[in-house]
Amino acid sequence: MLLGLFVVFFLAGLVSFGGGYAMIPFIQEEVLHRRHWMDAAQLADVIAVAGMSPGPIAANIAAAVGYQKAGLAGAVVAVTAVVLPSFLVILAAGKLLVRHRGHLLTKSAFYGLRPVVTGMIAWAAFTFAQYAGMTEGATWFALSQFLIFAGSLWALTRLHKHPFSVLILSGLVGAALYG
Amino acid sequence: MKAGRLLAIFWTFLRMGPFTFGGGYALIPVIEREIVAKRRWLREEEVADIVTAASSIPGAAGVNSAAFIGHRLAGVAGAAAALLGILLPAFCIMIALLLVYVRIKDHPKIEGAFTAIRATVVALIAYAAFRIGRNAVFDFITGAFAAAAVALLALGGGYVHPFWIVVLGAAGGIAAVKIRTRLGRPARLDKKEKEKEEEREPVYDYMI
Repeated sequence: MLLGLFVVFFLAGLVSFGGGYAMIPFIQEEVLHRRHWMDAAQLADVIAVAGMSPGPIAANIAAAVGYQKAGLAGAVVAVTAVVLPSFLVILAAGKLLVRHRGHLLTKSAFYGLRPVVTGMIAWAAFTFAQYAGMTEGATWFALSQFLIFAGSLWALTRLHKHPFSVLILSGLVGAALYG
Repeated sequence: MKAGRLLAIFWTFLRMGPFTFGGGYALIPVIEREIVAKRRWLREEEVADIVTAASSIPGAAGVNSAAFIGHRLAGVAGAAAALLGILLPAFCIMIALLLVYVRIKDHPKIEGAFTAIRATVVALIAYAAFRIGRNAVFDFITGAFAAAAVALLALGGGYVHPFWIVVLGAAGGIAAVKIRTRLGRPARLDKKEKEKEEEREPVYDYMI
């Protein structure tokens, strides 16, 4: 199990260009579909807890999945694995990277990388909407979930509220509405 | 002396922990203040260069910057000390939160809370896509790349691993730029710098 955690999060760390949320499609594929470590609701909860905690989302998700699967040792292994790729790159080529920052090759790689990552995260959002029950048709539950989603998005984009407070407020609404 | 230096690096980054809350938009200015103004370990331009380089490799820009600075100051051990410092507080809080979550998750009120929170998680992910997307999708080719990624995931679900989509994206970007340059119509590789400045915080966006 520890080896599995290490492999999954090492590879996730390797492709998480653009920070934590870029890693979600990869985690979904491995943790949900290929290895069946969690179900969709559990993974959504893990991402929620990761968003409430300080620290980078990538490390938080790794800690959460690792902890759920193999306790404290699992959490340590997963976090180490997820930061290891960039750590190794910095050790091996740190000076080179700083000297050639903004090099044409890097720039053109990112020219293709960024939109692809955008598309992948957008698709991840859609699949998580399915997990949240927003696409199950014209039911009151789907409608209320959609309204919570829309309200959260509005608070994040327009009111510039911190994810932490949005998550907490949404939890209070949920406890009142569904609890 | 060496151990003292490492301890100072560890302690400096450990104290930044609280600023990384919720993903750490605020981390990069804090790094600048601590490393440049207070400790005088590096000059301002050096930190700016490091932050730029740190966002061109995988992982969160703030964490990468910490490792970069540690490496610059005290080699491999310095990088490890900086990483440990920046990650340790968050890690402990995350474990504490998980302990609480596991204990209370089956309470009906908490189940209700997390049902709603799942809808908010969708908003968080959509927002992340929007923030990366507004600097990523600005011409026909980048739009096509984003659409292709969605199509591959939607239609090839289970067959096309996201790992390879990322690899394809990088390779495709390099190929597209090469081809356009050869055709004599070089692509604009970034949104105009001016537009970017108007939006502000281009770097912190990467952190969440």
